Amino acid sequence: MREAPMEAGPGPGTGTVTSPKGEPSMRKTVLEVLGLHRAYGSVQAVDDVSFTLAEGGSLGIVGESGSGKTTTARIVVGLESADSGRVLVHRRDRTEHRRGRAHRLARAREVQMVFQDPYLSLDPRTPVGAVLRETLRLHFPDGDHDRRIAELLEQVGLGTREAAALPRQLSGGQRQRVAIARALAVQPAVLVLDEAVAALDVSVQAQILNLLADIRDETGIGYLFITHDLGVVRCVTDEVIVMRRGKIVESGRTAEVLARPRHPYTRLLLDSVPRPGWDPRGIAEARRAL
Amino acid sequence: MTTLDIQAYRLSLPDTARPVLAGVDLTVGARETVALVGESGSGKSLTSRSVLGLLPAGARTEGTVRVNGEDVLTMAPEQLRRLRTSSAAMIFQDPRAAINPLRRIGDFLTESVRLNAGAAPAAATARAAEMLEAVGLTAAALRQYPGELSGGMLQRVMIAAALMGDPALILADEPTTALDVTTQAEVVALLGDLRTRFGTGLLFVTHDLGLAAAISDRVYVMYAGRIAETGPAEALFDRPRHPYTAALLNSTPRLEAPAGRLAAIEGRPPSLQEELVGCPFAPRCPLATFLCSQQAPALLPVAGEPARRVACHHSDRTGEGSVHA
Repeated sequence: MREAPMEAGPGPGTGTVTSPKGEPSMRKTVLEVLGLHRAYGSVQAVDDVSFTLAEGGSLGIVGESGSGKTTTARIVVGLESADSGRVLVHRRDRTEHRRGRAHRLARAREVQMVFQDPYLSLDPRTPVGAVLRETLRLHFPDGDHDRRIAELLEQVGLGTREAAALPRQLSGGQRQRVAIARALAVQPAVLVLDEAVAALDVSVQAQILNLLADIRDETGIGYLFITHDLGVVRCVTDEVIVMRRGKIVESGRTAEVLARPRHPYTRLLLDSVPRPGWDPRGIAEARRAL
Repeated sequence: MTTLDIQAYRLSLPDTARPVLAGVDLTVGARETVALVGESGSGKSLTSRSVLGLLPAGARTEGTVRVNGEDVLTMAPEQLRRLRTSSAAMIFQDPRAAINPLRRIGDFLTESVRLNAGAAPAAATARAAEMLEAVGLTAAALRQYPGELSGGMLQRVMIAAALMGDPALILADEPTTALDVTTQAEVVALLGDLRTRFGTGLLFVTHDLGLAAAISDRVYVMYAGRIAETGPAEALFDRPRHPYTAALLNSTPRLEAPAGRLAAIEGRPPSLQEELVGCPFAPRCPLATFLCSQQAPALLPVAGEPARRVACHHSDRTGEGSVHA
């Protein structure tokens, strides 16, 4: 329990969380987060969080409730502001709030978000095609929207029948596909997925995870994947950071971190995943000891 | 006597083309932990709620649902009340939705025994304190309000409440789904202790196959209102005999599995507006043949494994090389 966490949150300003063995990433950086802090009253929700995401990369943030993973994601998207620290997309500072519609739209085109609950993130009165058209009109007033809508629906595996449907006529998985299509409509550089598959059934979850993998292969979009599920992290991320009480306790290549966790908290999280031969009593004791 | 004994249970709702539950057989013995696994709409929650006589409006039922030998489906309201306060208790997914935030934990825990068992206030409070200790909390929690407790602690309170009437059977419907993984482990460890200590049977309803494998003695897998497969947890996960079980296992993102694409199950479960001829899983099944589309398979014992039963025409072919692929 005394060993130092490997690659514990890099100091503010260093910003290289990518390769644990020091091999520099060949790909360009799309998202850079530097020394984020955010307090709510006396609680330090995000405490000196820094990481980078390579172009076309996929970075997981795992942690339990209160770890600060969702607050971090919301700061990256711009739904929440940081007390200090910076968020750069293609080296442009997003945290520097420049006023005006053009800047706001430009910021939205950099980073898009997909939320956990597909039932809450769509307007119940707007058919799917119109949802996409609205976004396209706002961002690309002169584009060929019909063609683009067909393209987006195709990309997320929906047909013209679904385009005419209202959200309530769709299943949970189909709604999440719509939310993904809407996020992709503006061709963002980064997609933030906050527990985006947590509310789905296992068989549907697998379909969406495969879809997300395909989209990343095709478009080179970068993912910031917020989740509590280590199996999901294993499946869809290249790199992972583990957060606890606002701080990064461990980070590195996903395969490496999951196979050889260095921090006792990461080990506890791994042991907590139920499987045959699981020892809940031991986990409960380890949790109290930590 | 079997603590819970469900036989040929069918449940139909108005405005649906097929029964929501189409002949469910399920048992839970004393001290036994049984997992009921399925996806949304499979009927797993309806099955567990039926055990307390909690039926949707307009429901028509056939078959029997016996708790300690008494059929819940034919009970008079007074008997149902006794069932719910003493023989069987339920723990729901979201403790915050199941508890009045304006009343102290002590009031919440003692209400049922005071009203129904006619216990004296002092005796009820003593029992509540004892149960709080059994779930790893202290009597100090009696004075607290739900808002002062974390989700994990509140779920412990719900378990204490379930134990107040000394039930023979606890029904737990996704009791750890809203909790963090490390908290989930604590709650599961607790439920395991209680079974040894109080001898209760536990029906654990979950969508999580890994969790079902980890905690239960026996597992039932449900699909479209029927039991697809049942058997001892270890054998069932080691070599699933129903293609649906195998497909579910393969589509679960697992720590041991390599990164990359998952073996997703294409399509989705049949809606309640579709009449079912044949096996409900046939349209999504890699092994399906003409027979599957014509005739629903019965739940039959697996050759050589008497404790297992499976409803599949091709159960002998399931899992050959495809599992752990």
